Formats: sequence, C-alpha cells, structure tokens
Amino acid sequence: MSLTRKDIDSIAHLARLNLTETEIPVYVQSLSSIMNFVGELDRAKTDGITPMAHPLAGLSQRLRADEVLESDHHERYQRNAPQVAAALYVVPKVIE
Amino acid sequence: MQWETVIGLEIHAQLATRSKIFSSSATAYGATPNSQANLVDLGYPGVLPVLNSAAVRMAIKFGLAVGAQVAERSVFARKNYFYPDLPKGYQISQYELPIVARGAVEVLLEDGTRKHIGITRAHLEEDAGKSMHEGIAGSSGIDLNRAGTPLLEIVSEPDMRSAREAVAYMKKIHTLVRYLEICDGNMQEGSFRCDANVSVRPRGAEKFGTRAEIKNINSFRYVEKAINYEVARQIDVIESGGKVLQETRLYDPDKGETRSMRSKEEANDYRYFPDPDLLPVVLDQETIAAVRRSLPELPDAKAARFVDAFGLSEYDAGVLTAGREIAAFYEDVVQRVGGDPKLCSNWVMGDLSAQLNANNLEIGASRVDAAALAGLIARLRDNTISGKIAKEVFEAMWAQGSSADAIIEARGLRQITDSGAIETAIRDVMAKNPGQLANYRSGKDKLFGFFVGQVMKATAGKANPAQLNELLKKMLAG
Amino acid sequence: MLHTLTIAQMAAGLRQRRFSSVELTQAMLARLSASQPRLNTMITLTAAQALAAARAADADLAAGKAGALCGIPMVHKDIFCTEGVLTSCASKMLSNFVSPYDATVVARLKAAGMVMLGKANMDEFAMGSSNETSYYGPVRNPWDASMVPGGSSGGSAAVVAARLAPAATATDTGGSIRQPAALCGITGLKPTYGRVSRYGMIAFASSLDQAGTLTVTAEDSALMLRAMAGFDPRDSTSVDSPVPDYAATLGDSLAGVTIGVVREFFDAGLDATCGQAVRDALKVYEKLGARLKDVSCPNLPLSVPTYYVVAPAECSSNLARFDGVRFGHRCENPRDLMDLYKRSRGEGFGAEVKRRIMTGTYVLSAGYYDAYYLKAQKVRQLIAQDFARAFGEVDALVGPTSPTAAFALGAKTSDPITMYLNDIYTIGANLAGIPGLSVPCGFAGGLPLGLQIMGPHFSEARLLNLAHRYQQETDWHARVPSAWVN
Repeated sequence: MSLTRKDIDSIAHLARLNLTETEIPVYVQSLSSIMNFVGELDRAKTDGITPMAHPLAGLSQRLRADEVLESDHHERYQRNAPQVAAALYVVPKVIE
Repeated sequence: MQWETVIGLEIHAQLATRSKIFSSSATAYGATPNSQANLVDLGYPGVLPVLNSAAVRMAIKFGLAVGAQVAERSVFARKNYFYPDLPKGYQISQYELPIVARGAVEVLLEDGTRKHIGITRAHLEEDAGKSMHEGIAGSSGIDLNRAGTPLLEIVSEPDMRSAREAVAYMKKIHTLVRYLEICDGNMQEGSFRCDANVSVRPRGAEKFGTRAEIKNINSFRYVEKAINYEVARQIDVIESGGKVLQETRLYDPDKGETRSMRSKEEANDYRYFPDPDLLPVVLDQETIAAVRRSLPELPDAKAARFVDAFGLSEYDAGVLTAGREIAAFYEDVVQRVGGDPKLCSNWVMGDLSAQLNANNLEIGASRVDAAALAGLIARLRDNTISGKIAKEVFEAMWAQGSSADAIIEARGLRQITDSGAIETAIRDVMAKNPGQLANYRSGKDKLFGFFVGQVMKATAGKANPAQLNELLKKMLAG
Repeated sequence: MLHTLTIAQMAAGLRQRRFSSVELTQAMLARLSASQPRLNTMITLTAAQALAAARAADADLAAGKAGALCGIPMVHKDIFCTEGVLTSCASKMLSNFVSPYDATVVARLKAAGMVMLGKANMDEFAMGSSNETSYYGPVRNPWDASMVPGGSSGGSAAVVAARLAPAATATDTGGSIRQPAALCGITGLKPTYGRVSRYGMIAFASSLDQAGTLTVTAEDSALMLRAMAGFDPRDSTSVDSPVPDYAATLGDSLAGVTIGVVREFFDAGLDATCGQAVRDALKVYEKLGARLKDVSCPNLPLSVPTYYVVAPAECSSNLARFDGVRFGHRCENPRDLMDLYKRSRGEGFGAEVKRRIMTGTYVLSAGYYDAYYLKAQKVRQLIAQDFARAFGEVDALVGPTSPTAAFALGAKTSDPITMYLNDIYTIGANLAGIPGLSVPCGFAGGLPLGLQIMGPHFSEARLLNLAHRYQQETDWHARVPSAWVN
C-alpha cells in the first residue's frame, strides 16, 4: 500500500509531530514501504486465534493495598519542568 | 412537529479510595497544587501503574447493586489523546471488556410512575488533572493532584426522555453510590459529575437524531437546565432548516447556555488498545460473592420495607431512604418511640429537615439527635404536650441542645389535662364575654373558635386541645 | 591488566586484597575516558559518584559484609533512570532530564555493591539495530571502528567488548541485547519477560521490553542476573517467583539435554560463514552429550512484520508523555498549545523515533486497528504457539543471533526495512516472552559472530548452563579486540 502526503500530514498531526518539508517525502516513502512489509501478515491464517496482548498468558493483574505512601515532592519533581509558576506547570492558554 | 428528547448519561463518580487508582498518592481534595502528584501520576519516564484493590472492590459493589454482570475478566486499555491535564498522553480506562456490564435502576418520577433505566456498562478509569486559567497571563497552569484519582464511569442506555427523568436517574445513582460508600457524592468538588448525550427526533420516529455531548455538568440543577437549553437549541436548529452536529459542548452556568468546545473538535481518534503495563483483572466467583455479602441494604429494598413495615407512602419512604444516614436516623427514632412511625416520619421530614436545611447541615450533624427527637415525640404521644407546644419545644431543643423533658419542665409547658382546671378556665372566659356567649347560643356557631382561643390564651396554650373541645362544647351549650 | 578480568575474577581478587574497588574503578574510568573519542560508548561518566561508591564497597569488603558483586564496576544503558544523573535515552528530548529516582534494576545493583561508572550510549529510545540513531552520535565497534556495534544496546556492548568495564546493563525489545552481543563478541542475556523489573526503564514497547546483561562470560551473566531479577511490586508485569542461584547450575552435565535446531533460522538471508559457525557450535554440544533435533517454527518468518506493528503501536503511546510540559525538551516561544506539542516533539525526537511513532499511530488509528494491530497480535499468538510446541520436544532452541557480522556505519541507514531485518532471528523471543542468550561462536572477516540459545519461560538457568559449558570448550568469548587488549 502506498501512503500519500495527506496521510502523513494527518498521522503527524495525530501524533503531534512537526515535520519539515524535507522530512515529509522521506516518511511518505518509508512508511509506505513499512506498511507494504507488514502487509505480509495477511498471509497468516488467524481465524479463531486469540490476539496475544501479553507474553505471559494466564497471569492476572495483581492488586495493591489502598494505602497512601507518598509525601509531597513537587519541588523536586518540578526541577525538570520547562516552566512552573505557583507550583503549577505552565502551558500556553488551554482553550476549552 | 412534535419532538421527542432522547438522553443518555455518562456519570463519573470518583471512588472514595485513600490512594489513587494506579499509584500510592493521596486523593484528598484541595491540596497545594501538584503536592499529591507522584512520579506515576506525573507520567514520568519509566514508571508503571499498579492497580488499587479498593477501586476494584468498589466497582464490584456498584455492579452488584445495579444487578449487572461483574466481569470475571476485564481489561484496561489506553485511550490516546494529547491534553495538558493528561500527563501520559493517554488515559488508562476500560474499553472492550469493562468490569461491569448490563445493569439497570428504577427511578420514581414525580407523577408517581416508575421508569426502568438501563446501565450499559460501568468501567474503571483514571481522572485527569485540572487546568487553571486565572492568574498567569496568556497561559494556563496545570495541577495534577486529581490525575489518577479513580473514577467509575457509569454509562446509561439512551432511556431518558426528559431533563426531569435525567435528573431523577442521576439522583438515583447519586444515592446509590453514597449508600455503597464508594463515592462521597460531593458535586461541588467534582466527585460526582456527568456528561449528557442529548438528541431530539420527531415523536414516533425510531431512528435517533444526531447527538451532542454536553461535558462535565456538576449539579442536578445544571443538568436539567443544560439539557433543556440543548433540546430547545437542537429543535431550533432543525426547524430553521439546519442540521445538528455531532459535537462536544460545554454548559456555561452563568449564561445558561451550551457552546461548542473548540478544543475537543479535533477528530477524536483515540487509538484504544490494551494497556501492556497492566494484566487482565480476573475476579473469581468467591471474590464477587464476598462483596455481595458485604453489601448494605440498598435504597429500593429499604424503601419497600419502610412502606411495608411502617405504612409510609412511597413518596415518604423515598425521601427517608434517600441517604443511608437519614434512614438510620429515622429507624432509630421509630425504635426508641416504640411505634407511631407515621408521626416519626412527619417529624424527621418536617421540622427536623427544615432546621437542617436552614442551617445547611447533614443529618449526622443534627443538633437534635435521634434519642432527643424520640424523647419529644414520646411526650407528644403521652399527652404531656400538644402538637403546637411540641414545635416550640423542638425549637428550644435545637437552640439549646437540651432534652424535651428539661425544656417542658423549665418552661412549665406541661399540658393541662385536669378537667377541673380546664372547666374553671372556661367558666372564667364565659363570665368575661357575656355578649359572645349570648350570640353563640343564639346560633353563631363560628364563635366556638373564639372561645377556644380565649381559653388557650388563659392557659398559655397548655390546655389539652381534645379535652378543651369536649368540655367547651358541653359548657357553652349550657 | 585489571581490565581483562571477568566479574568472577574481579570478585575473587577483591576478596584476596590483590586490588581494591577504587583501583578497579579508577582503571576502568581511565579506559572509558580514553576510549571515548574513538568509540563514543558513553553519554555520561559519573566519576565522582563511582569513586565514592568504590570506597564504600572497599569498606564493606574490608568489613567482610560484601556480596558477590560488591565493588565491581559496571555501566548502565542510558535507558535506566538513575537518581541525580542525566538519563537521556540518547534523545535530544531527554538531553536535559535528570531522573529524580532510580530504576529498580539500578537500585538492586547498587544494593549489591556494584559501582556505576556512567551511562552508556544507545539507539535513541532503544529504537535501532546499529546504534546510529543516538542523539549523541554513533557508537563504534571495538573490533573495527568503521563498523557498527549493533543496537540498540551498542554502547553497553562496546564497553564490555573493549574491556572498558566488565559488565553493562542493557535492554532487549527485539534483539537489542543479543544482536550487539553477537556483533561485539560478548555474552548477552535477555531474560524471560517479567523476570526483571521494568520499573524505571524508559519504555519503548512495554509488552516486549526486558532488561538483561552484557558480560564477557555466561558465568558473569549468571552472577549479575541473580542480583537484578526478582519480583517488584511496582511493576504489574513482574513475576513473583523465586530467583534461582544461576551460578550453581552452570556446570551441570548436558547429557540428555535436547537442543532444537530451528529450520527457519537457516534461511536465505543467513551469511554462509555465520551459518557454518553455528553448525560448528552444534558439534560442540553433541560432544558435550546433548542431542540435536530439527524443529520447525513455521510462523517465525512473520516475526519481523508482527514486531513492526506491535512495537511501534506501543511506542507511539509510550512516547506521548514527552510533550514539553513536565520534563524534557520544550520548543522556544510556543505560539499555542498545539505548537508547543508539535514543535517540542518534532525537534526533540530523531528521525527513526518519529518514523516508529507515526507507524504506530497509523496501525492503531480508526479503520486500521483490526487489519494491522489485531492481526499482528494474532500472528504473535501463532509464533508463541510455535515456540510452545517446540519446547514440548526440546529443552532449548539454537540458531544464529544475527544473519551477518557487523556491517559498516551508514550501510543500512537509508532503508529501514533492511535495518529491521537484522533482528529477524531475535524478535521471536520477545514476541513470545521467552529468554534468549547470545554467545560468541566464531569470526567472519575479523568480526565476531553470535550463537543464539533460547528456552521456555524462566529457563535462564538452563540457557546459562548451555552457554557456560560451551564457553568451557571454546575461547571465542575470551578474545579481545587487538586495539583494546592493553
């Protein structure tokens, strides 16, 4: 299958990736070839096969006791933040 | 054209766990921004979620309470979208295999009819953080304290046909989650909120109209107003030749209208897939049975019992079972009084509720407790005081926090039941009002009330009303 | 010649007071610094912390309260979060990220007394098979600096191959431990999924990622795995089962052990010299008493396309958290929120990472989910069933690790598919969650070749036993690139 520039634009938008004009044709080409490549999967007969979401079949989710074990470390955690004000992470205005 | 409204609700109930659904941070409301957001809540690189057992148990409770199927195997999935209050860029939710499916509740409508509202599913998911828009020019501030708070999203069938029905259903679920003690129900703090899917169609049509989703409504009043506004808007759009768009809208309580949410207008391609960081939640029958055994008596069952055992009307039983606390209070009063459940219900729903409302108090904080109220009702029943005096005594009990007996004694409010004393008072009044007496005896029956009033005045209201009536009739007749 | 010692030899020397941990640490730090311009193996050196840790280890050794790994220097792949130290994942996106916490693997090895010398270079976010996608530049193969070391754990593998440190942690999502181990001539172990905690390991594809070891010998892998492995309540996919003493069974006899030779591994893409080296290794096993048996895993050839749906899908979601808000790269002067997201991510991620994010976004998007993602998860099941069937007949599977020896830098960067096919023999183990190990088994044109051994879930002890017995009979693993002997 062959992807178009429009496909790449919409995928990049969905993934929130800014692509340069030089990058776009590269991805049009390489994603097309990747999709062709993975198209080989069509060859496999998978009727009645349960999809495998996890490598250790039969294991189930462990549950945690409902306990509060954390204290306030926001100053330390916010040292990695690009912009903080009054303990809040600052972003351009969110329009609802 | 006659239009029919079709409404489905998605209720988000924050589960009353101590810690978050996938991390061990606190869930308390109102903390310093980001002080309750740990590395997992912040979506730091490398961290992983571990599921809170209490959240699972609460979801099971809800499922059983609405007669739903509790899934032996449910799966967490990722709902992918970018938003600043969503730290990981995906919300952990449940998609194809929710923990609860196919339940229902019955709501009692104002006209006394009952309506069955289907519950499609209820699933566990994590709440997002909050965006603050004030204080930072041109920017928003993100507080992630709420991120990761467990939510039970309860999705109804599109079974409601009016805003009133939607409110009745929402109230029903609100009562239920508080009974089950799985949600504090605090709507102001956003612990209980809903999205309403609203559409209209020509009456009699089978196909649903295009729906709009009104997001994040956090009061019963707003639900009603928002839906009514939206219905009128949609009818208006159609009747003026337009088409209703499938979109997300926001209710603005200040303006009383809904408006399109630009930010959510992006193509919603959430790319759900099973979360590889979490394994399937497997519940065996024994676990589910153990939760079932722990369920409290549910509101419907309790109301039916109140009608049955206490002879209350369905309406009164509904009011008295609207909360676990008020029901317990009422039952306590009845038991202490040892009978007359109707009189007890009148007091709980009447004077007591009025005081609670006026003082904005929950029943648990009532200044007159069940024992004290029962003490007052007992004095009414043994004729120590009249109904009228009882109201005065109740006011005093509320104000001073003393018992009924103490107030009756201190104020000398004990009812006069000695017929000799009442007869003396009547004779006095007759002697002082010869004109009225003559008129009464010549046929002016209406003056009976005048004499009752005079005697009551003379006895400071303490004459037993029944005795007074009987004696007065006899003596006036001469 | 401290640098040529294995972990086991260093541990013995430390106990005999022939040298101290500080001396070992200084020697290795000096080699790491000196090699950096030529090999570019490291992103960060933590000399001061390392020396402090070495001094503490020496004190523990002197006090006689030291475990087997106490005082042994090592490096961590820069995918593991290390408290107070840059944790970049070889990405511009995290080139300013100082982790506030230690990964469980880091904490466990620290508790065992191992001395971290620094953070090793890698493919950006572990996406690559040649270590050419790193924001910090490519790592070079110690055997020939014009060649790639393999990837994504190329820095970790080159460090051990050049004897800059005796051990390194690494991660393997589709072959990222085993393939660089093969291309660098060392021993690499990817344990069973769930054996080692993923907490603090920056996620690429959560259902495939597993941490493991790169060492010179299988014996060293056994020592290190024992310290790394085990249940972690912070990882829901961590398995709660006891960790065996892997070193105790290294010398077990192979008599009666059945080794499956996977037919599909000897395909047209396999380099002839490489195939011969594997067949020679099989003869060694026969000599050691093992029985060989031909087995078939018919769906295995579909493992690469399966992987290139599943791994990008998970990565597209895992990497959504890098949005320029709470940590990591943020673009200058964003116009609005959308601009903040798109430019921060567009600038912060390299070309291959973007390619995989987009591939994953595409295969999960509306209308394609069933055809790609769900289909791939079904084929994944078939591949896992193939392995399960094979392990009903044999104790372990053997084949080549990689189709060829190391290739030249730049040789495969223009065509992603060619690059992806490097992992054709290793991906199956990740899809099925089974353990896999690569040991050196020969040379082609002066470059090392790897023998891959796979086993059923939680059969690490058997794999290490097979590798160790082979290493007792051969010396491929003991060879050191001539440029790095001294």
